[in-house]
Amino acid sequence: MDYNFQWHKMFSGEPAQWMWDGFVTTLQISSISLICAMLLGIIICVLRMTPFKPFQWFSLAYTEFFRNTPLLIQIFFWYNASHVIIPTAINEWMNDLYYWFPGPFSMFGTQFVGEWVLFNVELITGVIALTVYTSAFIAEEIRAGIFSIPKNQLEASRAVGLSFLQGYRYVILPQALRIVIPPLISQALNLIKNSSLCMVIGVTEMMFQATQIESYHAIPFEAFSVALLIYMIISLIVSFCITMYNKHFMIQVMY
Amino acid sequence: MHWDIVIHNFDYFLWGQTQFDGVFPFIHEPGGLLAAIILAAIGIFGAFWIGLAAGLMRLSKRWWLKIPAVCYVEMIRGMPLLLLIFWFFFLAPVLIGQTLPAFTTTMFCFMIFTGAYVAEIVRAGVLALPKGQLEAARGSGLSQVQAMQFVILPQALRNMIPSFVNQFVSLIKDTSLAAILGVGELTRTGVQVDNREMVASFEIWITIAVLYFMICYVLTSYSRRLEAQLSRYQARDR
Repeated sequence: MDYNFQWHKMFSGEPAQWMWDGFVTTLQISSISLICAMLLGIIICVLRMTPFKPFQWFSLAYTEFFRNTPLLIQIFFWYNASHVIIPTAINEWMNDLYYWFPGPFSMFGTQFVGEWVLFNVELITGVIALTVYTSAFIAEEIRAGIFSIPKNQLEASRAVGLSFLQGYRYVILPQALRIVIPPLISQALNLIKNSSLCMVIGVTEMMFQATQIESYHAIPFEAFSVALLIYMIISLIVSFCITMYNKHFMIQVMY
Repeated sequence: MHWDIVIHNFDYFLWGQTQFDGVFPFIHEPGGLLAAIILAAIGIFGAFWIGLAAGLMRLSKRWWLKIPAVCYVEMIRGMPLLLLIFWFFFLAPVLIGQTLPAFTTTMFCFMIFTGAYVAEIVRAGVLALPKGQLEAARGSGLSQVQAMQFVILPQALRNMIPSFVNQFVSLIKDTSLAAILGVGELTRTGVQVDNREMVASFEIWITIAVLYFMICYVLTSYSRRLEAQLSRYQARDR
């Protein structure tokens, strides 16, 4: 064991700065994708529940396809190959996004450093990939939650005079979403962990910065250990917070 | 559209630079889809034993058995697989004084990573059995270990089979991460062909996605059927 540990290098100068930037980008990309994935997952799940067959088929194909292919392949697909199916105008718009926030700027009276809120095409591609991948899982979990709600609740809501969508919006989903909080926690954590894969297309999140520190400063073991510790702390904090939330707010469904 | 590029390289996607010969273990330098399956199969085999040990340790009442298992499971579940792979890749020289080949590194990482998830499956499976099973086994004179071996585990493991299949599916998907260290499995062959041909990204990535999808979908639907079959024979409270 003749490895020369240089922990002090990790906590000063460039490595520390890069790690911090990566941490912020990781939080940014995972929070945006989590919100989008929740919404998309709910939509896909409701499509699966509609009586209209083509919607059901679409949603079934969507969930099965995106659940059964690796996220890495999907990231490669969205980054390298999606320009074939995406209209040219949208492509150009996405490529121009880089110039939105090139430097420090202020928004709502707060001064932001440009790099923090940088919306470049890599980040958007990463968000799309993470969103689509996670939404397929979320849709399945919400569907399981909806199945655990007795069917006569929907029937009752229809009988009371609510439409199909209103019945879902006011009766079924509020209950189902609370039931599925525990599996959604694990999906959120998975999403944060999966965001590390976005490094392959050059999103400058924590994993990317760790590899960068490895190649610039030749302290691979230290860099990856610090990244590992940060990921673990994020996971522990998120799961602790949501468990607490869950303990206070989870309701029992009336049967 | 350049589907001819995909057709010309299809055998490369399937087995990459694998050499088949008469020398044990008959498959050398596995690549392509074959390497993904080999990695996943070895990974789930190793993960089963690691997970079984960790899961049972976590169920134990002795703290010196329980604490290491809890630390292992919580640590691994809190970190991304990609990070584990990189970390292990740079930890190995510190531990054993020489770098491990990328294939071996990823193989060990898949075992360690999936082991933590299998441990949770094992724990959940054992806890899901009615308490009376263990009490009855102890009551008829079996020791704790014997009760586990002859009464609890045979039932629990059978109920866990669908979860294991699901874990195997997610491991097959995870093998794509080996490409980042340079193992020439399916994803890597895709990157190579994509970089070489430049014009056929769409076709190549769709093909590779479909290759993964076919394997994983067959397995997930099998696990769903298995789940329905096995649930009929489960021991229940009451």
